Amino acid sequence: MKLRVRFQKLGKVRWISHRDIARCVERAVRRGKLPVAYSEGFSPRPRIAFGLALPTGAESLAEYLDVDFGVNEVDVAAVGSALSAGLPVGIDVTATAPVPPGAVSLQEGVVACRWELGVFGDPMPDDWFAQSAARLLAADELVVTRERKGQMVSDDLRPNITALSAEARPDGTPILAVELSTYPRGIRPADLGHALELPVTRLDVRRTHQWIAPDGARTEPLMLDETSYPCPNLPPTTHQPPGDVVVARTA
Amino acid sequence: MKHEATLWSRVEALLANVQKPARYIGCEDGALTPTYGPETVSWLLVYPDTYEVGLPNQGLQILYELLNEAADTAAERSYAPWTDMEEQMRAHGVPLFSLETHRAAADFDVLAFNLSAELVYTNVLNCIDLAGVAVRAADRADDDLFVCAGGHCTFNPEPLADFVDFFVIGDGEEVVTEITESLRASRGEARAERLRALGRVPGVYVPSLYDVVYDGYRIASVAPRFADVPARVDKRTIADLGAWPYPKQQLVPLTEVVHDRLNVEVFRGCTRGCRFCQAGMITRPVRERPAAQVRTMVSEGLKRTGYDEVSLTSLSSADYSGIKEVVGGIIDDPECSGQVSVSLPSLRVDAFTVGIAGEIQKARRTGLTFAPEAGTWRMRQVINKLITEEDLYASVDAAFSQGWRRVKLYFLIGLPTETDEDVLGIAELARRCAAIGRGHTKAATVVASVGGFVPKPQTPFQWFGQVRVDELQRRIWLLKDEFKKIKGAQLKWHDPKASLAEGIASRGDRRMGAVIEEVWRQGGVFQEWSECFSLDRWLTAMENHGLSPDDHVFRHREREEILPWSHIGAGLHEDFLWDDWQDALAEYGLPDCRWTPCYDCGACTEFGIEHVVASNVPPAGGSQGTGQDLSRGGDVPVTLLATRAGVSQ
Repeated sequence: MKLRVRFQKLGKVRWISHRDIARCVERAVRRGKLPVAYSEGFSPRPRIAFGLALPTGAESLAEYLDVDFGVNEVDVAAVGSALSAGLPVGIDVTATAPVPPGAVSLQEGVVACRWELGVFGDPMPDDWFAQSAARLLAADELVVTRERKGQMVSDDLRPNITALSAEARPDGTPILAVELSTYPRGIRPADLGHALELPVTRLDVRRTHQWIAPDGARTEPLMLDETSYPCPNLPPTTHQPPGDVVVARTA
Repeated sequence: MKHEATLWSRVEALLANVQKPARYIGCEDGALTPTYGPETVSWLLVYPDTYEVGLPNQGLQILYELLNEAADTAAERSYAPWTDMEEQMRAHGVPLFSLETHRAAADFDVLAFNLSAELVYTNVLNCIDLAGVAVRAADRADDDLFVCAGGHCTFNPEPLADFVDFFVIGDGEEVVTEITESLRASRGEARAERLRALGRVPGVYVPSLYDVVYDGYRIASVAPRFADVPARVDKRTIADLGAWPYPKQQLVPLTEVVHDRLNVEVFRGCTRGCRFCQAGMITRPVRERPAAQVRTMVSEGLKRTGYDEVSLTSLSSADYSGIKEVVGGIIDDPECSGQVSVSLPSLRVDAFTVGIAGEIQKARRTGLTFAPEAGTWRMRQVINKLITEEDLYASVDAAFSQGWRRVKLYFLIGLPTETDEDVLGIAELARRCAAIGRGHTKAATVVASVGGFVPKPQTPFQWFGQVRVDELQRRIWLLKDEFKKIKGAQLKWHDPKASLAEGIASRGDRRMGAVIEEVWRQGGVFQEWSECFSLDRWLTAMENHGLSPDDHVFRHREREEILPWSHIGAGLHEDFLWDDWQDALAEYGLPDCRWTPCYDCGACTEFGIEHVVASNVPPAGGSQGTGQDLSRGGDVPVTLLATRAGVSQ
């Protein structure tokens, strides 16, 4: 049985890396005594597949990973709670669901992500975000030069931008909301920030959605919408050692 | 100076500019968030090295929990910011901060440093400065915080005497609450009065209460300035480790650190008596944790942290009297279900120990490390590391035959009485070990790692004149040439220049403070990191202050001399240390006193305590070539004041 897990990464923990997250998840699996399948070989590792890496320093409402339980059947909701309880403050599981057989992998399936870009520290001038959005949408190309494998290369980011607008978070913080396609080549929000002449080192980045399009129609790997997928309402993380997960073993 | 309650938003604005921002966020599992009231005495515990090096430090974590458990006491943590972060902090006026609530360091009552290595001394100054506090203790005002330091290096506190208000000597478990209460009681009084009160707490050394008079490069006298100040400050020692099952909630970092695993201290102290080893000398006597408590701490710890590796820590864990049972208990624990590996730092060199290592390290069996420390039996008798060649070869053979493919051997060079023959003995041991390895697997490699010996205070070698850099370098080249001829063995060595800087800081007197300050002012931070280290800064600073390494590092000291740390008591009789130094020069080895008669070093008798062992049967195979009758081990009552001649020949 394979389970897809959706989680968020908010607050101070945004500053840990993708690799750090992987280690935290492995520890949470052991803390929750989750009956995951292990890889073969000299140094067995739990079989967990992570989705697209989130840049260090970015927050996210929509991160994913797939956990392989092998022949074990598990209680989908309990796994989510147990995992969430074992994860650091700020990393919380928001939905879990079985992965249907034959589903495309997270790494390959995601076609676009929605990002919110703001700045830390001194705010930008009032209508700065609106003007930037307008200027960018009017442009035919948006070339940035960056280093890749030791070589300086120029890329046009414009084809990746499928939507862009100046918005405000519920608390009034102005942001630029942008949707970036992962094709032809994924670009990082920092590249866009650079192109927009945003103060790159003060960039406040949050991923809000990852999109897949299994049948052409766009959807999320795991919607926070109970009609589409079983998304149990999980209690807030308590960070107490979780109880045992009810496990049924097939055959 | 009071800052805003939290600096987090200002800190966060810097993080995109630095490597490894996770160093600065806290959020570890097990981190405590203290609350502050008007009467709270607050400590900021600082490890003056990077987060990755400092976080696993057990001493700091023990005190962190104890202080936060105490009434109306708060403790948070901080680590030395790496140079990129320091640059950002200084550019944006962000002071040193705590990781739990991101509070400014200057808002705490005490800035407490853990000193585990001398080369961090310049980082201590940098952290005090980043806190926005005067670097020199004499320049601090009544309402400034107190700078304190504890840890092994404080057994010679003098090099930092100008910067640290008070030092804690020995085990910190009991004394930290006494210090807290002294500070609470003296609140509102003048700084000098408060320091005077601290000086009355046993184990607390307040350097400003002592006058040091010099006679050329030597010390003429060290005298307390007041009648109620002790002439010698003796270390604190906790009698029963079992009464202190800490840390109870080991911190689990979110980012990778050194020793990233569960650590459970199985005993404190060591009676092997290796003469170069400061830790072994200053932490006597041996106090073992009860086996049942070790098992509980391991199983609870693994459950809570989710780690899949546990390290049983001490100065020589295979010497723990219940080692086999404890290890077996962990391995057979169904909770661990074969997924947990156990590691023993500082493996003893004997086949029995390798056998245990084989039982516990089923997976990831890549490298095993031994520390014979010297290349010839003669040299090992001098340093009292009584490992025979047979012990070593049997261990290496056992390691390769049980599937390890890489054996690492640690050696010191520049030891007292060392000749080229002793140095070349290192190559000979490596050559034989590599040959043994090849008999088992083609992939066998032997790595010999060589470090320059730095004599340490409160050891029998405290009188020894450190070997010069060029001579150490010559011995390394000698080995390098020899290793070229050896198939399957590699040589690695530490920079002998760093050994000199360490020597300057280790056995310096108060005058070395000016040198440390100058090195720091010239930008010399993170001196144990080769990319930041420069010996020239140290030598120039010495010269600028009229001090010479010839006098303070390379010179053999004399018995009558007042050593800079003579007024600090590690519990060891000076006669014992001197006689042990003479035994060293006469190539006499002294067996482990845990299972043999007492040599009256002073550690037990002075403090009215004894070795505490978890089992009255000594571990098998522990003779380490000394011919001790270990079958009788624990049944043999400790005999005080055995004659040296009777045991050392």
